Formats: sequence, structure tokens, C-alpha cells
Amino acid sequence: MSGSARTLARTRVRSAWLFLAPTLLVLAAVAGWPLLRTVWFSFTDADLADISSDRFIGLANYLEHDQGEWYGVLADPQWWGAAWRTIWFAGVSVSLETVLGMVVALALNVRFRLRGLLRAAILVPWAIPTVVSAKMWGWMLNDQFGVINHLLMGLHLIDQPVAWTASPTLAMWAVVMVDVWKATPFMALLILAALQMLPTDCYEAGRVDGIHPVRMFFRVTLPLMAPALGVAVLFRTLDALRVFDLIYVLTSNSNSSMSMAVYARQQLVDFQEVGYGSAASTLLFLVIVMLTLSALALTRWRADGEGRA
Amino acid sequence: MLLVLGGAWASVRSAQAVEIAISCGAVGTELDLCRDGANAWARRTGNTVRIVSTPNSATERLALYQQLLAGGSRDIDIYQIDVVWPGILAPNFVDLRPYSQGTQAQHFPAIIENNTVGGRLVAMPFYTDAGVLFYRRDLLEKYGVAVPQTWDELRAAAQRIQQAERAAGNTRLWGYVFQGRAYEGLTVNAMEWLASQGGGQIVAPDGAVTVNNPQAVAALGVARGWIGSIAPPGVLNYSEEEARGVFQSGQAVFMRNWPYAWALANSADSPVRGQVGVAALPHGAGGASTGVLGGWNLAVSRHSRHVAQAADLVMYLTGAVEQKRRAVQAAYNPTRPALYQDADVLAANPFFAALYPSFAHAVARPSRVTGRKYNRVSNAFWNAVHDVLGGEAEPAAAMAALEQQLRRLGRHDWGRERPPR
Repeated sequence: MSGSARTLARTRVRSAWLFLAPTLLVLAAVAGWPLLRTVWFSFTDADLADISSDRFIGLANYLEHDQGEWYGVLADPQWWGAAWRTIWFAGVSVSLETVLGMVVALALNVRFRLRGLLRAAILVPWAIPTVVSAKMWGWMLNDQFGVINHLLMGLHLIDQPVAWTASPTLAMWAVVMVDVWKATPFMALLILAALQMLPTDCYEAGRVDGIHPVRMFFRVTLPLMAPALGVAVLFRTLDALRVFDLIYVLTSNSNSSMSMAVYARQQLVDFQEVGYGSAASTLLFLVIVMLTLSALALTRWRADGEGRA
Repeated sequence: MLLVLGGAWASVRSAQAVEIAISCGAVGTELDLCRDGANAWARRTGNTVRIVSTPNSATERLALYQQLLAGGSRDIDIYQIDVVWPGILAPNFVDLRPYSQGTQAQHFPAIIENNTVGGRLVAMPFYTDAGVLFYRRDLLEKYGVAVPQTWDELRAAAQRIQQAERAAGNTRLWGYVFQGRAYEGLTVNAMEWLASQGGGQIVAPDGAVTVNNPQAVAALGVARGWIGSIAPPGVLNYSEEEARGVFQSGQAVFMRNWPYAWALANSADSPVRGQVGVAALPHGAGGASTGVLGGWNLAVSRHSRHVAQAADLVMYLTGAVEQKRRAVQAAYNPTRPALYQDADVLAANPFFAALYPSFAHAVARPSRVTGRKYNRVSNAFWNAVHDVLGGEAEPAAAMAALEQQLRRLGRHDWGRERPPR
């Protein structure tokens, strides 16, 4: 009896692997292989002009001491600038998207007429390819012909057109704004899905006890949907850390508005330094992996803590 | 037997009529011009051409080319390349000397020398360029202002006209627009400021880094003073077409641009038609008027399946007939000195005669001495300048930091010898 159950289990495991194999193969080909190759290139002095004549140079692309000076990605102040800027961007934009996404989701969770239409409509920014929306916003933010300046001047909020994308500081805020515009619908959608899964009995109990809706939100809604919210924030953070197209299209592309991905691309493509650029890409990958692992560890630790409590 | 015959016939046909793909710039009317020229060749030879349009920013275009060429792509046979790229891209192109049959002697010798890398002629000159100053003749006349010869005069004239016109209700008028986005165009603009005020050429022809000198620092200080006063703050994100957009819609008194803007500023739908003048760029006390050498060349990819036909198209497009047509229709500067004496060319572009010295003796960017590192030198330079213009750095500190950065880049004689590991 137990023997046949074991055979059955083994057959099921085998067929599971059989069904998974194509996916795993494709993943290995389109994600695993390029990733390994990038890591390998980061230990070589490969050059885009002649990619086959690379030599193994160890960690020199990361850090190297030569004639009394430090070289390598980790010794480049521009890389550090890009790294902090990227983390700042991810922090600011994801925070704003989470708060706004929550507000939008709560509003859409209420029953009203045309709710279905509105739910579809808010998805439009998310559906537009980033390059297109960046270019579109670039024109709207244009200092001479832009509709944003036109509107603000019409409302007498500013008396001179603002050059939104010219100076690096202001340009980064413009990038944050466009990213928030684009990604808030995604946040709202995930949060809305979580809201609709919430059990109704807690709310009924709360209503019977006469608890204020704001208190209800912080004591009931938020804790209940924390796991779903955590996943949404993690997804967005990983996405934001890889930011490239928005910055590339919208800003003037100076080094003062560079993200880690823009830095890596500049080395890889503009400067043809495949080895050095791969080291920058690998570091970006490591930063993302570390953040993901710590986020996962944090949620598991919290879940364990709650389980024990 | 039939099969063999059929096969032979097909191969003869394919040897006769092939499709050549050519990448053309798309700034202004460039794409249409290129298409018309290539189609004229196609009709004459019975071949077909496919036009590939490329990004407007030279920096982005180079990135695209590098990716295509590194991948050994056969999608493009003829590449339109910038005058500073032969050093970077030379190994990917065929030597054109067997196809040019000596006609390269009819072009400006400096450009031919520029396009010759290691004894191989890797590209034929398509058109040349030098930065020139566009001005609104009507506005200068209205206020009795002479065409500025120096940067101080430009500033004074721009300020005066801007103030008076704004007081009269033309509130969106600016004095001066140029190319201030962080890209190759800013390197060109800033080099013109430096060279015309005795500040040198970033890296001297012998490879020494000369950018950190008092004249260069002063020149950047002057340029920084323009931002927000005579130049819109948004100029920090302008490339050629954005600057032209502002000037051509009548919202700027002066503009630094390439000659192509002449034909467009005088096109039928241009608000400033007939009111535009062209002069040499201003200079400073310690220098002469300087335009930086620009211009584009045509190169044949060594991955091309039809090198002979592609080279033939290159020779047609860079020939006297086609260069004349482009000059007359759209003010693209010929690379053949003889065409600067052609009556039709001069009738369409009166400023070609007066500015001939600017075109013939334009200052070259340091692309020869820095070779494959040019791109990085230029990138470091435009970023330093962009930081100064944006008020993020002081000119003196920025030039000192740039000098150090360029020294690091130039170690091992600009990469000519491979570093010992």
C-alpha cells in the first residue's frame, strides 16, 4: 500500500520535472547563460571592438592598485555617486508609489458606478512602454513649448518657464515624478487585489464595536495586508533599482543624473569596456540580490515571530 | 541541366541587382536628402537601396553602431560616421582606396587625413561642418546693433535686445541658444569657447593634457554667466534640433549651430524666413574666431555582402554632383573646395564665400591623438562643462578635476601600448 503510494509520488515528481524541463531550459538559455557570461567577462579585460581576445585579469575591474593609485569600479567616485543616486531614487519613488497606490486602491475598493471603467482607466500609464511615456513627458516638460509650464504659468504659480529636465537635481525629481505616475497603477492594482481578499468578519466586528474607520485602517486593514504589500514593495524596489530608460530619455544624461544601470551601459556600450562594464553590471546584480535576500529574511523572521507569538 | 542553368541565371541576376542598406542621419531634412541621393544611384545602376534612420544624438548613434559592428551585423552596408569616429571604428570598415581611384584628392586634405587610419582610407567625406553664429538680422537692425565679433559683444547685444523686446511684450525671447545637453555637441560648443579664447584643445596634439589653464577656466566662467541671463536654463538639455526649434520659432536672437539650419530657417513655413544672418562665431581677447570641425563621412562595413556596390554608392553620394545638390537644396557644406566657387552653390548659400576660411580651417577635436579613448575624453569633458554650466561645480575646480581624470585615462600613452598586468 505504502509502496504503491511511494511509486505514485515518484511518478508525479518525475512528470513534474518533465513538465518543468522546457521552462528551466529556456530560463537557463535566456537568463542563466547571459548572467554567467557577464560575471565571467567581469574578470577579463574584454573589449567590444574585439570581444574574443579577452584575458583573465582577476578582480582588477573591481579594484586594483596600480602605481600608487586605486583603479576599478569600486574606486570610481562616479560609480558610488550612481549607486547612492539609484538607492535614493528607489527609496523616494517606491515610498510615494506605495502611499499613493494605497489611496487609489482604497478609493477603488468602494462600490460606485463606473468603477470597472475607472479600474481599467488607471492602468493606462502602466500599459504605456516606458520609453514612450518618458519621451511624452519630455515634451510636456519642455522649457519652451511644454504644456506643464504653460499650465503652471496660466495658474500664476510660476512667472518664468521652468527647465525641468536641464539641471541634474531638478531632473531627478522629474524622473521620480514620471516614475510615480507610471508605477502607481501597478501598486494600486496589487493592493486592490489584497484588499478584496480581506475577511469581512473583522470589519463587521469592528463596526459593531464602533471603531473609527481611521483606527480600523491602521489596526485591521494594514496588518492583514502586510504580506501582500511587502511583495508589491519588493517588486517595485527591484524594478526601481534597475532604472534606465526613464533617466536615459528624460534627462540630459550628465554623470550627475546617472543610475547604476546607466553607468554600466555607458562603460559597456559607449566606452566598449565589456570587462569593466560587466563588473559594474555584476555589482548592480549583487546589490539587488542582497536587497532581495534581506527582504525575504525579514519577512520570514517576522512571520516566524508572529507564528510563535 | 535546366536546374544548373536556372541557378546560374539567378546568381547572375543577384550579382547585378543587389540591395544596399545605408544608415543616414535624420537631423532636419537629412533623411530625405539621403534617400533622394541614394535612389538616384539606385535608378542609374538598377540596384535597390534601403534607408536606415538613426538617432539624432551623435553619442547615441555611435553606441548603436558599436553594437551593430561588434555583433558583425550584415544589416547595414554603409555607415554615416562622424568626423571623430574613424579612430574608434576603423577596424570595422574596408579600405576605400581601390574604389575611390584617386578622387579623394578632390576633397579637403585635412578630412582625408582624418579618415585615413593606419594607411587605410576608411571613409569618404560626405559633408563638412563648422560651428557658425546665426543671428536675427531684423532684430539687430531694429536696435542698431552690429554683428558681434567677440563674446563680450555677443553678451551685450543679446542682453540689450532681450531686455528691450521683453519690455515690449515679447516675453519669451532669449538672447542666445546653443547645444548644452551632456553629449558630444557640448564638447564641440565648449571647445569653440576654449579655442577662440586661447584655451587650447583639451589634449594637445602630442598627447599632453592641457585643459586646465587660466584661459579655459575664464572661458567657462563666461559661458556659465550666460545661463539664465541670455540663455534659457533649459539649454542644458538642448541638442541641435532643440536649439533650432527655439531660434526658428523666433524666440532667440542668436544661435550657435551647424550650417544645415540655414536652409531650414529659410524654408517656406519658417517664421523667421528671410530674417536670418550667418557669421563666424565670436572670439575672445586671446584668440581668433573658431568653429570646431564637424561633418560626416560614409564608410563601408567589412561585414557587407556587397562591398563593391556599396563602395560605388559611397562614391556617388560623395561625388561632385550629389554634394552640389545637397548644398543648393539644404545648405550641407561640400567637402570639395571646387564647389565653394560654384555659382549655384553660392547663390543658395551666400555665407559660404565669406565663411570659407571657417570651413577650410576648422579646429579638430582631439580624436586623432586620443584614438580609441576619444569617446571617454569627450565624455569626461562634456560632463565637467555641464557641471559648471549647471552651477554644480566651479570652473577652476572642475578643470583641475578633469585634468586629473584625463591623465588617468591617458596613462600608457592613450592606450597605444597595452598596460602591463
